[in-house]
Amino acid sequence: MADPRTSIINQRLKHINRIIAVTSGKGGVGKSLIATTLALTLSKQHRKVGLFDLDFTSPSTHLILGTKDAQPKEEKGIVPPTINGIEYMSLIYYCSDKPTPLRGADTSNVLIELLAITRWSPLDYLIIDMPPGIGDAVLDLIRLVNRIEFLIVTTPSQLAFETVKKQAILLQQLHAPIIGIIENMKMTNTKNIQQQTEKLNLAYIGEIPYDPQVEDAIGDETKLLSTVIAQKITEITHRRL
Amino acid sequence: MHEWALAEAVIAAATQIAAKEKLKQITEITIKIGELQQVETDILEFAFQQLKPANLKNTKFHIKSQKATLKCRVCGNTWLFARQQLDPAIVEAIHFIPETAHTYIKCPKCSSPDFEITEGRGIQLEKVTGVR
Ligand SMILES: Nc1ncnc2c1ncn2[C@@H]1O[C@H](COP(=O)(O)OP(=O)(O)OP(=O)(O)O)[C@@H](O)[C@H]1O
Ligand SMILES: [Mg+2]
Ligand SMILES: [Zn+2]
Repeated sequence: MADPRTSIINQRLKHINRIIAVTSGKGGVGKSLIATTLALTLSKQHRKVGLFDLDFTSPSTHLILGTKDAQPKEEKGIVPPTINGIEYMSLIYYCSDKPTPLRGADTSNVLIELLAITRWSPLDYLIIDMPPGIGDAVLDLIRLVNRIEFLIVTTPSQLAFETVKKQAILLQQLHAPIIGIIENMKMTNTKNIQQQTEKLNLAYIGEIPYDPQVEDAIGDETKLLSTVIAQKITEITHRRL
Repeated sequence: MHEWALAEAVIAAATQIAAKEKLKQITEITIKIGELQQVETDILEFAFQQLKPANLKNTKFHIKSQKATLKCRVCGNTWLFARQQLDPAIVEAIHFIPETAHTYIKCPKCSSPDFEITEGRGIQLEKVTGVR
């Protein structure tokens, strides 16, 4: 008995130029904010962009993006709605704002189903917002998506970086490409994380300051794009993407 | 019509199996459909007829259906999924993503959403036969 869905996944993603998962060993470091802002800034640079929320039990990109009433369309699969110029897909469309408790095998099944039935347009970038850690989502993407690349987020905290280090080592062992590490919520000028990143033979691709104003920009594309966070991410895209 | 996407997946999977087993023609494909996903077999068969690539020209499709069994992890209760008792919007969500059963369905005995879908979740490829 075979699962036919996994056989179609790479065919569905064939017309997407780069598939980038925004990940971290640690929770709460800014993955969702960075993934969403990255998608918006790339879209502003006239790239065709998709955003896919893989944090099924605690999704938040729909709030950051400010999704409107648009719904996915059923058309030989499902066609994601376009929100602020970005093609967007999340489990939120199927469970609205209700709690959806999922165990490991369930999250794998949701991931496989969504990858197998979602029909993205030809895109320059598909940005994936990951749940924290090195569990099902990371392992499934490596197993199922041939051209997956990882962008790792940490904070200046050694607690965050220790988990990021484990994740980076795992990804290296599995030969999964790592674009580099972003240091988010920076409040001082220490070079600590940069030095440790370079010791791991990874690219330190930029730092983003702590911005107390960002809460007010959540759900508002214009405000979000005018934050210092968006400015820094735009610089990173120029240098690294 | 998201059955179409599933039909494409079945054909892609069968084609890969045929390549691995060096089959020139696929004569029969047997698939099993779990009732939780409520796949419309008419649409599925129509999609198969429309999609058929060259190595599947004369393929016979067999579609079996399987009841969906849910088992509570908290109290051990086992029950069958019954769409009739559910709101159409919920039925549709479960049709697209069967795991949203955990959003909308609770154990009838203890009300827990922590149950296992032991059987009959979605589509499975049971058998591919052909000639070399
Ligand atoms: N540079 C920043 N300045 C200020 N606040 C930030 C910054 N980056 C993220 N935040 C805030 O920190 C909180 C956590 O961010 P976010 O939800 O993006 O993290 P996450 O890594 O996706 O978390 P989870 O692991 O739960 O998915 C949010 O309230 C977000 O607005
Ligand atoms: Mg998040
Ligand atoms: Zn129970």
